[in-house]
Amino acid sequence: MHSQPDLDTSPRVSDEIRRTTCYMCACRCGINVHMKKGEIAYIEGNRDHPVNKGVLCGKGAAGIMQHTAPSRLRAPLKRVGPRGSGAFEEITWDEALETATGWLKPLRESDPKRFAFFTGRDQSQSFTGYWAQAFGTPNFAAHGGFCSVNMAAGGIYTMGGAFWEFGEPDWDHTKLFLLFGVAEDHSSNPIKIGLGKLKARGAKVIGINPIRSGYNAVADDWYGITPGTDGLFILSLVHCLLEAGKIDLDYLARYTNAPCLVNMDESGNEFGLILKDDDGRDLVWDANENRPRCFDKPDVKPDLAATWRHAGVTHKPVFHLIAERYLAEEYAPETVASTVGIPAPRIRALAAELADVAFNQAIEIKQPWTDFRGQTHETMVGRPVSMHAMRGISAHANGFQTCRALHLLQILLGAVETPGSFRFKPPYPKPPEAHPKPHADARAGEPLGGPHLGYPLGPEHLCIEDDGTPQRIDKAYTWENPMSAHGLMHMVISNAAAGDPYKIDTLMLYMANMAWNSSMNTAQTMAMLTAKDENGEYKIPHIIYSDSYSSEMVAYADLILPDTTYLERHDCISLLDRPISDAERAADAIRWPVVEPDRDVRAFQSVLCDLGHRLGLPGFVAPGGGPAFADYAGYITNHERRPGVGPLSGWRLAEDGSETDGRGLPNSEQIDRYIENGGFWTAEIPDNAQFYKPWNQAYQNWSVDIGLVDAPAPYTFNLYSEPLRRFQLAAEGKGPRQPPEHLRDRILTELDPLPIWRPTGTDADDGFPVHALTQRPMAMYHSWGTQNAWLRQIHGANPLYVPTKIWKAHGFSDGDWAQVTSPHGEITVPVAHMAALNENTVWTWNAIGKRKGAWALDPDAPEATKGFLLNHLIHELLPPKGDGLRWSNSDPVTGQAAWFDLKVKIKKVSAPRESKPALPTIHSPVPKAPETVARKTDA
Amino acid sequence: MTSLPTRTDKQLGLVIDLDICVGCHACVTACKGWNTENYGAPLGDDDPYGAEPVGSFLNRIHSYEVQPEDGTAQLIHFPKSCLHCADAPCVTVCPTGASYKRVEDGIVLVNESDCIGCGLCAWACPYGAREMDPVENVMKKCTLCVDRIYNDNLPEDDRVPACVRTCPTGARAFGDLADPDSAVSQSVAARGGLELMPEQGTAPVNRYLPPREKDSNVLAPLLEPIAEEPRGFLVWLDKTLDRIG
Amino acid sequence: MHPATSLILFTTLSGLGFGLLIFLGLGMPPVTGWVAFAFFAIAYALAVGGLLSSVFHLGHPERALKAFTQWRSSWLSREAWAASGVLSVMAVFGAGLVFAGERIAPLGWLGALGAAGTVLATSMIYAQLKTVPRWNHWSTPSLFLLHAVAGGALLAGQSAAAILLLVILGTFQLWVWSDGDVRFERSSTTLATATRLTGGALRAFEQPHTGPNYLTREMIHVVGRRHARKLRAIGLSLAVILPAAILALLPFSHALAGIAVLSHIAGSLVNRWLFFAEAEHVVGLYYGQR
Ligand SMILES: Nc1nc2c(c(=O)[nH]1)N[C@H]1C(S)=C(S)[C@@H](COP(=O)(O)OP(=O)(O)OC[C@H]3O[C@@H](n4cnc5c(=O)[nH]c(N)nc54)[C@H](O)[C@@H]3O)O[C@H]1N2
Ligand SMILES: Nc1nc2c(c(=O)[nH]1)N[C@H]1C(S)=C(S)[C@@H](COP(=O)(O)OP(=O)(O)OC[C@H]3O[C@@H](n4cnc5c(=O)[nH]c(N)nc54)[C@H](O)[C@@H]3O)O[C@H]1N2
Ligand code: SF4
Ligand code: SF4
Ligand code: SF4
Ligand code: SF4
Ligand code: SF4
Ligand SMILES: [Mo]
Repeated sequence: MHSQPDLDTSPRVSDEIRRTTCYMCACRCGINVHMKKGEIAYIEGNRDHPVNKGVLCGKGAAGIMQHTAPSRLRAPLKRVGPRGSGAFEEITWDEALETATGWLKPLRESDPKRFAFFTGRDQSQSFTGYWAQAFGTPNFAAHGGFCSVNMAAGGIYTMGGAFWEFGEPDWDHTKLFLLFGVAEDHSSNPIKIGLGKLKARGAKVIGINPIRSGYNAVADDWYGITPGTDGLFILSLVHCLLEAGKIDLDYLARYTNAPCLVNMDESGNEFGLILKDDDGRDLVWDANENRPRCFDKPDVKPDLAATWRHAGVTHKPVFHLIAERYLAEEYAPETVASTVGIPAPRIRALAAELADVAFNQAIEIKQPWTDFRGQTHETMVGRPVSMHAMRGISAHANGFQTCRALHLLQILLGAVETPGSFRFKPPYPKPPEAHPKPHADARAGEPLGGPHLGYPLGPEHLCIEDDGTPQRIDKAYTWENPMSAHGLMHMVISNAAAGDPYKIDTLMLYMANMAWNSSMNTAQTMAMLTAKDENGEYKIPHIIYSDSYSSEMVAYADLILPDTTYLERHDCISLLDRPISDAERAADAIRWPVVEPDRDVRAFQSVLCDLGHRLGLPGFVAPGGGPAFADYAGYITNHERRPGVGPLSGWRLAEDGSETDGRGLPNSEQIDRYIENGGFWTAEIPDNAQFYKPWNQAYQNWSVDIGLVDAPAPYTFNLYSEPLRRFQLAAEGKGPRQPPEHLRDRILTELDPLPIWRPTGTDADDGFPVHALTQRPMAMYHSWGTQNAWLRQIHGANPLYVPTKIWKAHGFSDGDWAQVTSPHGEITVPVAHMAALNENTVWTWNAIGKRKGAWALDPDAPEATKGFLLNHLIHELLPPKGDGLRWSNSDPVTGQAAWFDLKVKIKKVSAPRESKPALPTIHSPVPKAPETVARKTDA
Repeated sequence: MTSLPTRTDKQLGLVIDLDICVGCHACVTACKGWNTENYGAPLGDDDPYGAEPVGSFLNRIHSYEVQPEDGTAQLIHFPKSCLHCADAPCVTVCPTGASYKRVEDGIVLVNESDCIGCGLCAWACPYGAREMDPVENVMKKCTLCVDRIYNDNLPEDDRVPACVRTCPTGARAFGDLADPDSAVSQSVAARGGLELMPEQGTAPVNRYLPPREKDSNVLAPLLEPIAEEPRGFLVWLDKTLDRIG
Repeated sequence: MHPATSLILFTTLSGLGFGLLIFLGLGMPPVTGWVAFAFFAIAYALAVGGLLSSVFHLGHPERALKAFTQWRSSWLSREAWAASGVLSVMAVFGAGLVFAGERIAPLGWLGALGAAGTVLATSMIYAQLKTVPRWNHWSTPSLFLLHAVAGGALLAGQSAAAILLLVILGTFQLWVWSDGDVRFERSSTTLATATRLTGGALRAFEQPHTGPNYLTREMIHVVGRRHARKLRAIGLSLAVILPAAILALLPFSHALAGIAVLSHIAGSLVNRWLFFAEAEHVVGLYYGQR
């Protein structure tokens, strides 16, 4: 006999929903924040939002625990103990800002470059960069240099767009999706939503990754490649496709520089450069008129085959060079198989599959469009093969060229910007020529001549003095890494401590845990931050840091500017920066204070507005002498980068005072409009502009209309990269700017205008045979998820995962520990068995290990006693090669940090009390955390 | 009262697709968030910032490896929450009547004000779907979001469990498994959805869609070479260009 | 399963108490007056003490009375009824003996029957659990009952009966241990039925959370084989061999009888610890542990 209680199945959910943007990671999903009694009660995804369409990831739904974390800083801090001790005293904002001004003002007036400002996970780089430019220091960059600049640079130099956040697969049409080296990526939810769509449609997913977890676990096929060898694997696929003639000749002829004519005169100064007309535009062989003509002439028919001999000089089309190089035996599957760790038949099979889907299963969308030559096409033909790649490619020292190789593969298949393939997100496409050039010309009391970062097209754009000394503290844009388009944040602390290329006075860091998981060589980085000179002064005299939480880095700063949480401030995710656009629409977004801070903290951008005024920086002082912007919201609303173009593109003002999209005057009600609209703005790309964007007249015009660019700039893809060739020419002794002798050979080999592959890392026979990698856990964001009571229960410790072969060889069993040694260091950590793993690779979750005393955790928290960082084993320099030089552990083209070139040896040891190295406990600047948590808003 | 209803009008439950679950834990924290703020006591956490944090969760993501005789190993992410069994042992063992199964939809619930926290129901559950709250000391379990699915204060399309609403890959589906025409029943039929531990005789309502076959080497025929070396290739190129030209 | 002290004390002590009440109810020994009072005091101390400690196992002791409501379906509820029933019946019966020197035999038989029933109900709480193959077996009630009557006989000073029952208990316990060791494998539940995954060798990879949780703490308790063997030997010697030997081989003395009783209680506690600690819950499969 059954009876049951009555139940209210329609309880009140909340008093109000405030819609803003998540910031538990950089994916920037829309969130509905449910409020009860003015407090945050529950966070769910915003169904109308273009990024996440209602879903949230594990982190986003735990945001409430970030907001209530006991690790939150409470007020500005002034260091009272020695650096690194964590001893601080709370001070007023006035004292904090006066201190900062006192340090910075003299620097600006005397020698601005002695101030360095580097930022980490923030999404306001167009603002922080603008501020640093006004200050006049050349030493500004965000963290991209150690993150994934290889993807950005490899993509932009090749096709004016990139993986990372700059493009995405055509999830709705693609039939075959290849995922190279991705565990999670920035587009956390879009990729998951996309995979869901593919599975629902029965499209095929292939994972190329040494580790088969997460996305790779659901992939239909898995290629457990040897780390660092993707370039060779990809070029072998290229070999197979060329060999079989399975390439999109029409696409190559129309939309790439494959038909462009290359000067073959070894003796000349033009050797290897593309033949140009008088106004410097690329020439192709026109099959109609049988003469070289400008590539974009309306009736030109570019020929991929014809060579042209003129004035004693042979000119070959780029496509010849491609065929000659990649048909060579060195790229045959049979040659590469053992290196890449994948049997030749599987490589050939994959090539066949690519060709089959691209050419036998081509799709066609009935949508007329007109290309930049003025030709109208009745339909949009698509090659439904799409690819995505991220740090598995980029975090190797050959990542730039590997990334180029991947784009070459896509382009040979006609699988970029066509239906079913890979598409750009506005403001991309944007070729290297359309990007700014780097500026580093510091002048006392003056703003910098232009933006810090950009895309060099040749030696003339390097940031070096005439004698070759680097102008930037991080040595970006030098012969060592000419195309370091995102700077080299990972070199700042070591260079500053070494006073090389020069000493600096004040280092300001923002949202980057540089004293811990964000640095290679972690222990020594802490030593550098605390190093003193002969007179007992810190080698880096002043360190200012902005964090919201009690991170490891806090202990290493002299002045802490406590930030709010993402739910308490204005933010702006701008088309000038890293917007939330997708392939079908331009979009930007804001954050706004859904609650007011309950403590003495301030949004860092607002603090910069204040500092900018105190320092008298141009753009930050109003005509009357007062502050130009009351706070960041003021900047977002009123700042104009170009006339009519501001941080936000939605709801600007037309001449007649009505509200308009894209270009327009500042609108004092703009932020309110965003809030009403759910915190974001979108502009749909017209149907006839949805594909072929770089060559599509309709798209080009649309992008001018909404203010992405000021004039149409169609271009063709650079399968052959001239900027790279220009650096080679210099290395060959041609041109005014010459590289130092010891770098000539490296530039000649590495800056090849056509994609190459070079082995990286130490060779197996150096005694370090095992590759060691990290992966992002989907439910943890770097170090900052750890303070989150829910997330840290999911990832509170990280074992080293060991493949079956090594597991057996060492006789490991569950609960065992191992000593892991690299040429640079040694750690002792717990191990666990994993079968779905490349047999020469070990790995662990990234950034789980924590320093005792940080994050308001008990010192005996598992993060500190069982967790660990691989970073202790990674050095920013390679081990000495015996040539008397220390080469940096980074990509020779971009300077990207090569985190994943790490090789180790591993040995079973008896379980220690805790994982090693065990660093001393830092004093916590925040009160002890509560014993239990059980939070109900209206109870 | 802890006797089970002889039959329930509906059998609401979840269908979980193991072929697409990427193990992201989104459903875990969405569940924790919703159920902390709603049904019954908040889902508490003991020692949340300490050495051994233990909180109650109604949904956890396991993972398993399958190593075939020959061929590469596979990893399967495996979400698990209450399966709302038709023959729920957790209900019949309960001495207080706190545990019960709803007649109208088969949802198994704990009436917390009647729960003495004896833990017997958790012992009786073969799936580990019940957890004693470490702060409130009452038994916690998946409510199938009974306070969402009928909630007039939520928009129509939000009347689904929090975990289903948030799952980015769409690996979780909610519906009536007693109705053969429901979308969930259809996918169970199409994909051969499975019961966990059938031998325990609990007649679970939730179903699991097994992973599709992986690393299948049925591939397109290998490519026919048109040329072995560059020269031959260029000859081919000229021919082909004339053809398409 | 986690060997919770409260549950070990509860099942062991109440078992002994009700065991003694069985004998007192049957008039063994046929005591009245203050002697009866002493016997009943011991029986009630053990039974009530055990029941009380079970209440400490609850998350909400203040709601304990709600446990009486589900006697139709729940063994725990039935146990509550039986226990309180027996205790009240025997209170009247005992009062008769102590104060009036009167022995209302039918009441005694009823009480004895109820006491046995109570022990059965207690054992069924565990025996009913399909999720714990080691318990889910007819031998569980038998073992509980044997423990109760053997201990009861010992406390009631029924040497002959005690020796016999102890020997039976010992042999049976030995068989239960050895048979129990293979019951998990015998039960058809495996990681394969738990996950329904196929296609090769199956193993648990990562735990859902890196930390422990209620389930891993409550259901997963690993006792080393060698450790277990030692404890079984100790439990058996203390609970059975030593007391039986004392009664059989040594001349009767209250001191020695006392030792026999204490030894039996100690041994029973050890065996009960093993009863819980060695029991494996099927949920362990999901966690790759047992
Ligand atoms: N949840 C969560 N999301 C995040 C972050 C986070 O911390 N947590 N961090 C954000 C940031 S800053 C970034 S940069 C992105 C990075 O996102 P991802 O690019 O996914 O970065 P990783 O997690 O390092 O994953 C690198 C992947 O490459 C694989 N890999 C390593 N070497 C090779 C190789 O040689 N070849 C191939 N094919 N694969 C290889 C590794 O096994 C791993 O799966 O994620 C962002 N998103
Ligand atoms: N071994 C290894 N190391 C790696 C990587 C790897 O793959 N392997 N990946 C590298 C990559 S790609 C990256 S991007 C870095 C990431 O490493 P970091 O950039 O250091 O990222 P976090 O650890 O999140 O540190 C960011 C800091 O910002 C703080 N913070 C969080 N929210 C806010 C806020 O709202 N305001 C302010 N002011 N501060 C806030 C956090 O408390 C934290 O101290 O790690 C790098 N390190
Ligand atoms: S992916 Fe997750 S954490 Fe990142 S923004 Fe989206 S919801 Fe927030
Ligand atoms: S949210 Fe979906 S994909 Fe993520 S773990 Fe849960 S079921 Fe799997
Ligand atoms: S899964 Fe467990 S808790 Fe849920 S109904 Fe079945 S037995 Fe009860
Ligand atoms: S713990 Fe609560 S719900 Fe579970 S059996 Fe005991 S009283 Fe019933
Ligand atoms: S249905 Fe509701 S309670 Fe159950 S797991 Fe999903 S979110 Fe949690
Ligand atoms: Mo990054």
